[in-house]
Amino acid sequence: MNLLVLKLIAQRIALGILLLFLVSILIFAGTQILPGDVAQSILGQGATDQALANLRREMGLDDPAVTRYFNWLGGILQGDMGTALSNNRDIASSLWGRAQNTLFLAFWTALVAVPLAIILGLVAVRYQNRWPDRAISGTTLTAISLPEFFVGYVLMYFFAVKLGWFPSVSTVYDGMPFADRMMAIALPAATLTLIILAHMMRMTRAAILNVMQSAYVETAELKGLGGLKIIWRHAFPNSVAPVVNVVMLNLAFLVVGVVVIEVIFVYPGLGQYLIDHVAKRDVPVVQAVGLIFAAVYIGLNMVADIVSILANPRLRHPK
Amino acid sequence: MADPLLEIRNLKIEVTIRPPGEKPHDITIVKGIDLDLARGKVLGLIGESGAGKSTIGLSPAGYGRGGVRITGGEVKVNGRDILQLSKGALRNVRGREVCYVAQSAAAAFNPAHRLMDQVIESTLFHGLASRSEAVARAVKLFRKLGLPDPENFGQRYPHQVSGGQLQRAMTAMALCPEPDLIIFDEPTTALDVTTQIEVLAAIKDAIQDTGVGALYITHDLAVVAQVSDEIMVLRNGELVEYGETRQIIEDPQEEYTKALVSVRSINHQAKAPEEAPILSVRNITAAYNKSADPVLKDISVELSPGQTLAVVGESGSGKSTLARVITGLLPPKVGQIDFAGRTLPRALKQRTKDDLRELQMIYQMADVAMNPRHTVGTIIGRPLEFYFGLKGKAKRERVNELLDKIEMGEGFIDRYPAELSGGQKQRVCIARALAAKPKLIICDEVTSALDPLVADGILKLLLKLQEIENVAYLFITHDLATVKAIADSIAVMYQGELVRYGPREQVLSPPFDDYTDLLLASVPQMRVGWLEEALANRRMASQGN
Amino acid sequence: MKYLRTIPITALLGTALTGMFLFAAIFAPWIAPYGMSEVVGDMWEPSSAQFLLGTDNLGRDLLSRMIYGAQTTILIASLATLLAFTMGSVLGILAAVLGGWMDQVMSRGVDILMSIPTLIFALVVLSVMPSTMLVLILVMGILDSTRVYRISRAVAVDVNVQDFVEVARLRGEGNSWIVFREILPNALSPLVAELGLRFIFAVLFLSSLSFLGLGVQPPEADWGSMVRENRQGIVFGVPAALIPAGAIALLAISVNLVADWILRRTTDLKGGRGG
Repeated sequence: MNLLVLKLIAQRIALGILLLFLVSILIFAGTQILPGDVAQSILGQGATDQALANLRREMGLDDPAVTRYFNWLGGILQGDMGTALSNNRDIASSLWGRAQNTLFLAFWTALVAVPLAIILGLVAVRYQNRWPDRAISGTTLTAISLPEFFVGYVLMYFFAVKLGWFPSVSTVYDGMPFADRMMAIALPAATLTLIILAHMMRMTRAAILNVMQSAYVETAELKGLGGLKIIWRHAFPNSVAPVVNVVMLNLAFLVVGVVVIEVIFVYPGLGQYLIDHVAKRDVPVVQAVGLIFAAVYIGLNMVADIVSILANPRLRHPK
Repeated sequence: MADPLLEIRNLKIEVTIRPPGEKPHDITIVKGIDLDLARGKVLGLIGESGAGKSTIGLSPAGYGRGGVRITGGEVKVNGRDILQLSKGALRNVRGREVCYVAQSAAAAFNPAHRLMDQVIESTLFHGLASRSEAVARAVKLFRKLGLPDPENFGQRYPHQVSGGQLQRAMTAMALCPEPDLIIFDEPTTALDVTTQIEVLAAIKDAIQDTGVGALYITHDLAVVAQVSDEIMVLRNGELVEYGETRQIIEDPQEEYTKALVSVRSINHQAKAPEEAPILSVRNITAAYNKSADPVLKDISVELSPGQTLAVVGESGSGKSTLARVITGLLPPKVGQIDFAGRTLPRALKQRTKDDLRELQMIYQMADVAMNPRHTVGTIIGRPLEFYFGLKGKAKRERVNELLDKIEMGEGFIDRYPAELSGGQKQRVCIARALAAKPKLIICDEVTSALDPLVADGILKLLLKLQEIENVAYLFITHDLATVKAIADSIAVMYQGELVRYGPREQVLSPPFDDYTDLLLASVPQMRVGWLEEALANRRMASQGN
Repeated sequence: MKYLRTIPITALLGTALTGMFLFAAIFAPWIAPYGMSEVVGDMWEPSSAQFLLGTDNLGRDLLSRMIYGAQTTILIASLATLLAFTMGSVLGILAAVLGGWMDQVMSRGVDILMSIPTLIFALVVLSVMPSTMLVLILVMGILDSTRVYRISRAVAVDVNVQDFVEVARLRGEGNSWIVFREILPNALSPLVAELGLRFIFAVLFLSSLSFLGLGVQPPEADWGSMVRENRQGIVFGVPAALIPAGAIALLAISVNLVADWILRRTTDLKGGRGG
């Protein structure tokens, strides 16, 4: 590890933090400056002016926007996300259990989808322009056109309703046995996997093909090295960064896909929580959850860039 | 032949092409070639792009690039037909009996590994030596090839060494397993001339010392004449002429070979400078951004009407930057430019329409200098419309006149650039420049991307047009042979400075400064034995110092 | 005729299906057998001669609703794409040609917008704005214009550094000639292919929002909201929700086939130019 690499990584992390800060402003502004009155939406159209004014004062809505922003941000940095308007509960404590559920689902999906996508991507490269490769390209084209709920309901219709193999509604509760929990997330995880798999396969294929067509792989072939040796010694070290990039991009994609999937399978995660509260116009919850999703997204992109920096021999061994 | 290393009989090679909107089909790119190479001899394969020389060159390794297939004939290495071998047996030939040196060593080395690991890789893989023996071999080769600090050179990564050094390291990589045959595929083409001569000498020495046989592929006859025992001239996948190097160079039989040998022998009488220059560049200093080191340092040159000033230098000399300063694309930090009796504003935006019209430019890559979505008629017609307001029939007539001047027919007016050959594209660019009735045309490496014979045609056309139109050329090039062919005066640049400047005869006659001497001595000459003489002279000179 | 034969069968199929959907959307009132919100039978009746696709959760004819839904889905998605495209491509090309601080300000702004997942950002906005058609079009159009901005700026920067643009600048041409005659003709085909992809994205995005109950609001209905209305049926073994979901998929696939073909034709042309 040298100073140049450390400096670049520090820069990238600083950029990530700056982005997150700007995004928090954007999310806050998006919910505050746009027309629409929180007090009105809580009390409904029939509320008296006096009641509205009282509620506004109570919620600090009369303070200038800048003050409210810093109060909000300061709270979040200390783990205090405020209270939900709709039920007056502490947001942070409601979030925690749901975030765990979402992470559980995302973790098992990633554990299946990532290795599968990389292996299938390698298969496509190995059989380039032959039928396995064509099949993979063909399914990608279809897969990016399928809405999440189409895949989700088809799987639910056949595997839960018709065949009865899995539950159709993914209920989970505290203290649920692990095996039951896995059964419950089987269908949502399968749906998510199908959705990101094709993308990840195609991008892995492109990344590896790019390396396999480089002149140094030709050199290795002309040295008489065997196929595996070429892939392991010459293609792999140069494919790490692009493939990690592909994986991170798709995990970021997965974070968003989770929202719709949780609604389909009525899975008690963050996405479901967000959607419920958007419908209730519960702004503090939407802000908090929106910021968490954005933070994960920005974080994954940051990890991808840091891996690219670490994997670059030009940076690791400067002139 | 006593000890044949390589015998190729009736070699046929095909490739599948997929033109847009048509069914893919096969075309034959090598049409029945025979050749023999004895152990320790060097055969040069020469031809223009598309001659099939690289494809033939790679056949002893049983390798076809980009869907190229060997469809017929025999390729025997050490008596075994490569084409009949199993995949495993073929791998045993590659990197052990047959090794390869690519044109771009920068791309051919894996950026992720140290040079030493890559140089000894095939030796270890094929079990030809232990690691310590292989390292010792590699260090010896590094020393023989003149690489700096041979003991530690291998510890570096490819991006940490220069292009010329990488090319030598690649030669070391090919020699390390002590193969019988090395394929050199344009190993010096991407290098500057002063580097090229060193690499060429290193390769030649290494071949002689190790007694390896070699196929040397290049488009430059003067280069191949220095290293090979025999030369095979190819064109469109067919044999043109095949013989001893001395015979090919000194007594070519075929018309095509004769043309290749006499390339760049244009006889142009240099004109003396006139009193009033059309262009005078005064004390120009320029940099790409405010804080950076200047890429041009205090440059002053003059050019008379209807004459040619050649600006010559290697990469990084600042010669192309000079063109950008004159055109106003890069305003200089210091200095002024006088053109046709007036001082030009520094930046492009401040210049008048006439300033722009009278100063035209032609580029190295004609492909990208023309909008691919415009027809030849639009490309040549736009300056006519823009500067002279010509429209409709008048414009079309003038375009046809210009097409006539560049020796292309009227039929080209509705074609798109993609339908033209490389030489035709460059001619259209010349016509576009002429359409503005300029007093000066800046030619930036206009022949470098072209095959030698095509380049010759372009140079002859430029000289002819100069006679007729009385236009001055500022000719930027790295190629001294071109300079000798067309210049009236010459400016030699090195690392942003003007090292030598004056009328052609004066610049090209002694006494020389060190850099011009080195540059002139490095340009390969079309005769056998030039390399040895050049090296001997250089050694004498250094002893003299 | 010769030209027609060079079009791959998949592209023809895509064009035909896209045409069919467009036809249904435009002539909805004339071809739909029943009214949009007319209750004509029991809930979730199976497919029959009377109701080709069966009935929905309130006993309305599903085929008729699908045809009207096509109108809503395609109209909103098209208008959003149009907005995204006009804004994104004009600003993107302008940023490339002008460069300097204008480019910096716009590009960094787009970077920030793009660092929030589109769906999340839309949800944040929809939590304070009503889900009217206009709001949906504006939100989708503006968010999507960031993608179009990126790609058109990239294409334009690519073209802008080509020597032929420098030739035009040296000739003294103005910005309008450079944008419309030099850059645009070369940027057009990748942008047209992108147009197809952006349309698909808009269809899927709108459908997701409607499915989540935050898009098109009753009594209006698009395909996404029909999936939402009929989703309870799945659990009872009624596949009515799969029909609108499948239609979304089919529309997206058809447009994708066309876009993919255009994109491949473009890269072919590029390849041919290099030689």
